[in-house]
Amino acid sequence: MTAVPDTASSTATRVCALGDLTPELGVAALVEGVQVAIFLLADGSLHCVQNLDPFSGASVMSRGITGSRGDVPTIASPIYKQVFSLLDGACLVTMDKEPKEGLAPGLRVHAVAAEGDAVVVTLARD
Amino acid sequence: MTTEHIVVVGGGMVAHRFTEALRARDTDGRYSVEVIAEEPRAPYDRVALTSYFSGKSPEDLQLGDPALWRDPLVTLHRDSRATAVDRDRRIVTVEGGREVSYDHLVLATGSYAWAPPTPGADLAGVFMYRTVDDVAALRGWVEERRAALGRPVRGAVIGGGLLGLEAAGALQNLGAVSTVIQFADRLMNLQVDEGGGEALKRLIEGMGVTVRCSTATKEIRAGKDGHVGSLLFADGGEQLVDVVVFATGVRPRDELGAAAGLELGARGGVVVDDTCLTADPAVSAIGEVACIQGACLGLIAPGNTMAEIAVDRLLGGTPTFPGADMAAKLKLLGVDVASFGDAFATTPGALEMVYADPVNGVYKKLVLTDDATTLLGGILVGDASAYASLRPMVGAALPGDPAAWILPEGSVEKGEIELPDDAGVCSCNNVSAGAIRGAVNDHDCHDLGAVKACTKAGTSCGSCLPLVKKIMSTELEKAGIEVSNALCEHFALSRAQLFNAIKVAEVTTFSEVIERFGTGRGCDICKPTVGSILASLYNEHVLGGDRAALQDTNDRVMANMQKDGTYSVVPRVPGGEILPEHLILIGQIAQDFGLYTKITGGQRIDLFGARLEQLPQIWKRLVDAGMESGHAYGKSLRTVKSCVGSTWCRYGVQDSVGMAIALELRYRGLRSPHKLKLGVSGCARECAEARGKDVGVIATDKGWNVYVGGNGGFTPVHAQLLVEDVPDEDVFRVIDRYLMYYIRTADRLQRTAPWQQEHEGGLDEIRRIVVDDSLGLGEELDAHMARHIDSYEDEWKAVLNDPVRLRQFTSFVNAPEEPDPTLAYVPQRGQRRPATSEERASGAVLIAPTTLEVRS
Repeated sequence: MTAVPDTASSTATRVCALGDLTPELGVAALVEGVQVAIFLLADGSLHCVQNLDPFSGASVMSRGITGSRGDVPTIASPIYKQVFSLLDGACLVTMDKEPKEGLAPGLRVHAVAAEGDAVVVTLARD
Repeated sequence: MTTEHIVVVGGGMVAHRFTEALRARDTDGRYSVEVIAEEPRAPYDRVALTSYFSGKSPEDLQLGDPALWRDPLVTLHRDSRATAVDRDRRIVTVEGGREVSYDHLVLATGSYAWAPPTPGADLAGVFMYRTVDDVAALRGWVEERRAALGRPVRGAVIGGGLLGLEAAGALQNLGAVSTVIQFADRLMNLQVDEGGGEALKRLIEGMGVTVRCSTATKEIRAGKDGHVGSLLFADGGEQLVDVVVFATGVRPRDELGAAAGLELGARGGVVVDDTCLTADPAVSAIGEVACIQGACLGLIAPGNTMAEIAVDRLLGGTPTFPGADMAAKLKLLGVDVASFGDAFATTPGALEMVYADPVNGVYKKLVLTDDATTLLGGILVGDASAYASLRPMVGAALPGDPAAWILPEGSVEKGEIELPDDAGVCSCNNVSAGAIRGAVNDHDCHDLGAVKACTKAGTSCGSCLPLVKKIMSTELEKAGIEVSNALCEHFALSRAQLFNAIKVAEVTTFSEVIERFGTGRGCDICKPTVGSILASLYNEHVLGGDRAALQDTNDRVMANMQKDGTYSVVPRVPGGEILPEHLILIGQIAQDFGLYTKITGGQRIDLFGARLEQLPQIWKRLVDAGMESGHAYGKSLRTVKSCVGSTWCRYGVQDSVGMAIALELRYRGLRSPHKLKLGVSGCARECAEARGKDVGVIATDKGWNVYVGGNGGFTPVHAQLLVEDVPDEDVFRVIDRYLMYYIRTADRLQRTAPWQQEHEGGLDEIRRIVVDDSLGLGEELDAHMARHIDSYEDEWKAVLNDPVRLRQFTSFVNAPEEPDPTLAYVPQRGQRRPATSEERASGAVLIAPTTLEVRS
């Protein structure tokens, strides 16, 4: 896969207005050519992870279902239903599957914050 | 090691059991088996013969896994009759002169139907009741006579035993009037006593069958047309009849054994020892032809036991016949009859405890030892629900007051039964309580399906299943394994419990539901479940309120996500009937958006490869032309498949397409625990394969038969008959109630087939609830379905009119029109498909997603 370039930067990018987000419904965004998935949860917290689902190779994480395992907020892949932590990206439920060749089982977590009305994403560095 | 050759003469149920058990247990391949079967078909379930009249086909009666007959060590000859056995040369001669040599011979020739010598028994219209061919001939005759006479056919069954009552039920199913002529003073005199016989007679007469006991038939007389015309009785009476069925018992088919010089019993049958071996160590006899412990046994359970014993002995075991368990539980003409143990109280000093309720047609008797503690046997007529618990207790002390088992439910408290390990639970397959406990504890079988597969308990007649389930649950509880119905970590309730809780509390949002009945934030299991329950209860838009976030992506964007993250689009094509304009439009859309097209199994067209942001444009064109969502993405009604029916087909008897469209429009959008598929066939040829559907409707010349609980998929199941010959309005009412009751009570992702099977009391109980309205739920279920039908709106049309919801259909929140740059396709057979990882890596010619034009 070449979809995720190694040119991660520390530049903050405004992706949308806070009002564009619906609680518990993810959106996808393109940040410097990288696809990310952004979630506003019901408790007001913002989370951002890679949009690429490591188990299917499709860019779909923004379209999964949010939830929790214990106290950890989670996102489930809409394709093969693996569950990932929104805090550190760890895969919590693998559904007895392996990730696609060359992909790590977890999700990369990117920094996201509300600055005034703007939702701002900073890609994580390698 | 050389392979020894076993020849089995006979192709009935016991021959099947022998072959199946041998192949299952002879893992080293010590034996090859050759089965010589006289009937033109593989062994079938003769016990279920009568179900042939309630719509089952001979294939439905097939026993076990047909793969057995393809086993390289098994050969089955059908339509093949053994004519002689030469024990010196160890050779069986088959009709036509072929000779088959054996190392070991197994006689499993069974019985033939015996009729007392009666003048006129050879007239046209006189039948036996033993094989599929017998019952097929009987059916043909009754149907032909009905057409020729232009009035209901008058039938008589000679013999009031088990088989006679089966035959009377069969005649009734065929629309004939039937009378049972019994020589003894009561019906089923071998199984029930006088009191039971009386109760049985009243119940059977209540079903419209006339019963004449203590009556001998002297002669069958021809009518004017030379066919059977009347019965003349010994007491001088005469009765007009158009068809006569003899069900006067069976006799062992021991002629082959007799001609081979094997010893016969006093009343026939090839004599065998307790290991099913004849005096010739190379010849066994099993099943009804064997005279074991001095008698031939005409029930399937001891026959299967003999088959297992013979297999065990051949494999080096030392089993012996434990004595026949002649217990039986039957449903005849809808009446429960059971008899077990010392039913006639022949044990010295035995006490009989009887409860009889002539008003409700119930007769129950327990036979106990003289101290009234140990159960010896019993008879249950009209209500045999206690049979599964009581039969294994024969010979053991009944806890508590024995009267509790026969008095109406709740009048006296029953003692808790703990079966001894050696108590038989499944008599068809000879499975003990201990074997079931072993499956749970040693083989990790934690649900009914696993226990059934492991032990075979409950896989034949199924009457022991409630008991199997109880033993399993008790063991799991003891082992500290919680039999949890909890949906997930957020809800301790099952789906059915949650459904009721939400309904009673009248809450309408997920946040209220989880606050009142759950914990945490929910997950991908409970959120869609609650979304589905809310949709079933309140009929509001699936994406209304806070519901969009509850739905799986398929429901959320009303399309089916495929492996690369794009979607497929399926417009509804009710009943598979489609206008040419709509076909052209679908083709045009596929061309314009470069979509891959395929016809689905549900008679509609699937368009693959649509991106999220393209869905509204595609649907706008479909909706503008009058098409609507096909709900291919939902746990909801999918399609109603139909054949072309009476409007075009030469054979159709009803308008199946019209019925299918009516059903599809009625139930479209109905949210349920799992997907629902229906089918409608216009005649008995069943071209729509309706019996493979959750609900199958099949035309008859009088109306429609409704079948329920069918399933394709991983575990195919044929749907079973719910109601017969009903008019259109009854089809709707009964399906309304069946579906609504299913929606209210099934587990998450439980399809109708397992729901129906695991429902307490099975289909019979469901029929009482949805057809006879035994719970008084009918009106409520009707009203609920009426609300659904009235409030239906096309989900896609509603979304297209809602700018807020349309915002979801963008690829990127900061680049709404930009396609997902990772999508890549390759051409295949003139269309496109997602590129594989290898193709991407090898730099094969990919079609970028923005390129719509794929035609060369």
